[in-house]
Amino acid sequence: MAASDAPTHPHAISWTDTLHDWVTTVDHKRLGIMYIGAGLLFFIIGGLEAAAMRWQLAFPENDALSPETFNRLFTMHGTTMVFLVGMPVITGFGNYLIPLMIGARDMAFPRLNAWGFWMFLFGGLLLYFSYFGSTGLYGAGSAPDVGWFAYTPLSGKAFSRGNAADYWILGILISGFGSLSGAVNMLTTALTMRCEGMTLGRMPLLVWMMVVVSLLILIAMPPLTAAQVMLLFDRYLGAHFFDTQAGGDAVLWQHFFWFFGHPEVYILMIPGFAYASEIIPVFSRKVIFGYSAMVAATITIGVLSFGVWAHHMLAVGMSSGLNIWFGAITMVVGVPTGIKLFNWIATLYGGHIRFRVPMLFCAAFLLQFLLAGLTGIMLAAVPFDWQLTDSYFVVAHFHYVLIGGLLFTIFAAIYYWFPKMSGFMLSETLGRWHFALFLIGFHLTFTTMHIQGILGMPRRIYTYPADRGWDVWNAITSFGVVFQAAGIACFAVALVLAFRRRVPAGDDPWDAWTLEWSTTSPPPAYNFEALPHVKSRRPLWDEKHPEDPDWKYE
Amino acid sequence: MNQATDTASESSNWNRGRVGMASLILAETSFFAVFLVAYLFYIGRSLAGPYPADVLEFPFLATLCLLSSSVTIVWATRQLERGQRSPFAAGLFATIGLGGAFIGFTAIEWHGLIFEHNLTVTTNLFGTTFYSLVGFHAAHVLIGLSLLTGVLMLTLRGHVGPEHAERVELLSWYWHFVDVVWLAVMTVVYIVGV
Repeated sequence: MAASDAPTHPHAISWTDTLHDWVTTVDHKRLGIMYIGAGLLFFIIGGLEAAAMRWQLAFPENDALSPETFNRLFTMHGTTMVFLVGMPVITGFGNYLIPLMIGARDMAFPRLNAWGFWMFLFGGLLLYFSYFGSTGLYGAGSAPDVGWFAYTPLSGKAFSRGNAADYWILGILISGFGSLSGAVNMLTTALTMRCEGMTLGRMPLLVWMMVVVSLLILIAMPPLTAAQVMLLFDRYLGAHFFDTQAGGDAVLWQHFFWFFGHPEVYILMIPGFAYASEIIPVFSRKVIFGYSAMVAATITIGVLSFGVWAHHMLAVGMSSGLNIWFGAITMVVGVPTGIKLFNWIATLYGGHIRFRVPMLFCAAFLLQFLLAGLTGIMLAAVPFDWQLTDSYFVVAHFHYVLIGGLLFTIFAAIYYWFPKMSGFMLSETLGRWHFALFLIGFHLTFTTMHIQGILGMPRRIYTYPADRGWDVWNAITSFGVVFQAAGIACFAVALVLAFRRRVPAGDDPWDAWTLEWSTTSPPPAYNFEALPHVKSRRPLWDEKHPEDPDWKYE
Repeated sequence: MNQATDTASESSNWNRGRVGMASLILAETSFFAVFLVAYLFYIGRSLAGPYPADVLEFPFLATLCLLSSSVTIVWATRQLERGQRSPFAAGLFATIGLGGAFIGFTAIEWHGLIFEHNLTVTTNLFGTTFYSLVGFHAAHVLIGLSLLTGVLMLTLRGHVGPEHAERVELLSWYWHFVDVVWLAVMTVVYIVGV
């Protein structure tokens, strides 16, 4: 722990010392910031890959990119956004916030925490090294081009020669160890490190939701690792797990992958719910509506997430019974998710709403996530899915979930907690520009994308003929990228300006109620001078309003 | 880092080490479940021999060794709690011996399968699923054995006392887990699969 003691004035010492401090740190706050920072860097890379694809698809029969390059781009884009952006950012916020919110001085296993971060980072770098290294001895291959779910037999030795698919397997496998250790750490911290009075029923909803996410990671991530090991055995030892010529079954890979892949969607999305559940009450000036219903709904979503994986495979030729089962359970997920939406809306109802930047992003999240959920329920209807599977409608659906739902709440979380992490406020003006431009860009790109899908445009094609009626929609979709990029540029400028202008945030800029706002911004290495004693779900409210504390009513 | 006195929840039965080890065991269970499912899914699907019924013999002695080693480690941990270091070391030694014997039996079995029956991971689906499932289990036994050997060496040098009983108990959790996985592997491979 001593190694992580933050120097109070990093600019007063040489940059090598600062670098050394950060590289060797085991402090949960620094690791959290490093997770988020690395995630944002990969976000820029993944975004550029998407922008290149949209340029290729902007006009019919465009030849800006070769089909091979296009295949690599959508593989790397999907893999990057899920494993190298979503996972580190949610782990980063979990790392940063869980100890602060439960009144602890660090995570349960600080060194394991550092190990997990470096495993994630080097796993990601290994994946990107494929662009240089995967030609290997074969003289064939570049980045992986088998799609982010690497279906067999395409990813088998016969169809993916060279080392490209191996970089996908190993990069994700290694960063998966990082996710697993992060989950062990977050779960253990939340269960055993809570300060006095912080009962399970008083934990902030974010901590509750990260407990569920950690359990999902622990159960869902190892099957991916196991399936990847099987694929490696097939590729290198001549095993036959997915080899149809030896009696193996390529569809088994799909089952194993999606048994991980669908819980993974909730692993990414529940943290988004968590940020919204912290931010919406503070900016509505009301306690969250239905705290225990929120916890119950989160646990229900977690349990159901293990029973829906094959809705990704409704068109693969399973029996009708299985199709109906997976379609029906998928629709059932709509119930706990709907409970959450109603709880957030009920929190807003009658509140004194302050539309600061975090709240703007949360408001857009509520509407967009509702639409994302509705298209999800449409796709759960088996005949509907048969018609639209592997079309741009599906692409639009999951981008609505992961951008309209998750990314908007991540932006909300960054604007909300950045003052705590850095001690400086982000510009409200630039934040509003960021929000407006990104909102317009998001809807230009992804709302129109549903229509190409309904008109029959398949995903993953690198170009299309001019006479299909897709031209205008694709042009609009690609045009939206300009607005999204402009929004992200505003965000980047806001981040840089925050450190230039150094507008002090103070301990508690939003007049919030959870424990992280009771310490300084940024918090000292030991978090709290004296460990807090909690009597209600809003400990900081009790401290500010001793005449009317929450614990009288809870 | 040590908040044992600061936190109310730390004093309960669920301390850091226990929750951490339980999480690891949960993740490992999920890992083995996938290999078990793959084994079950491919029973009877091999296109060519050798088939399980032709070449597998029920590993009675190996199972006996591994199951007994769970008993000896429980006994050893109790001795350590009471401060009896020599019986603890003896119990640990017995555990390592029994675990080592299990690995020995596996080695003999594999030698026979490979050189007499020509069954390797590439031969057929049975070979593919058998070696990966049994092999991953054996690898976990080996990890457990090296951890136990480390504890034994530290004990012989006098570095392990009753204050470490909690940590040794966590190691025994892992060992029991490896044992339980063997029960599942044994049932699937040597009873259901033949």
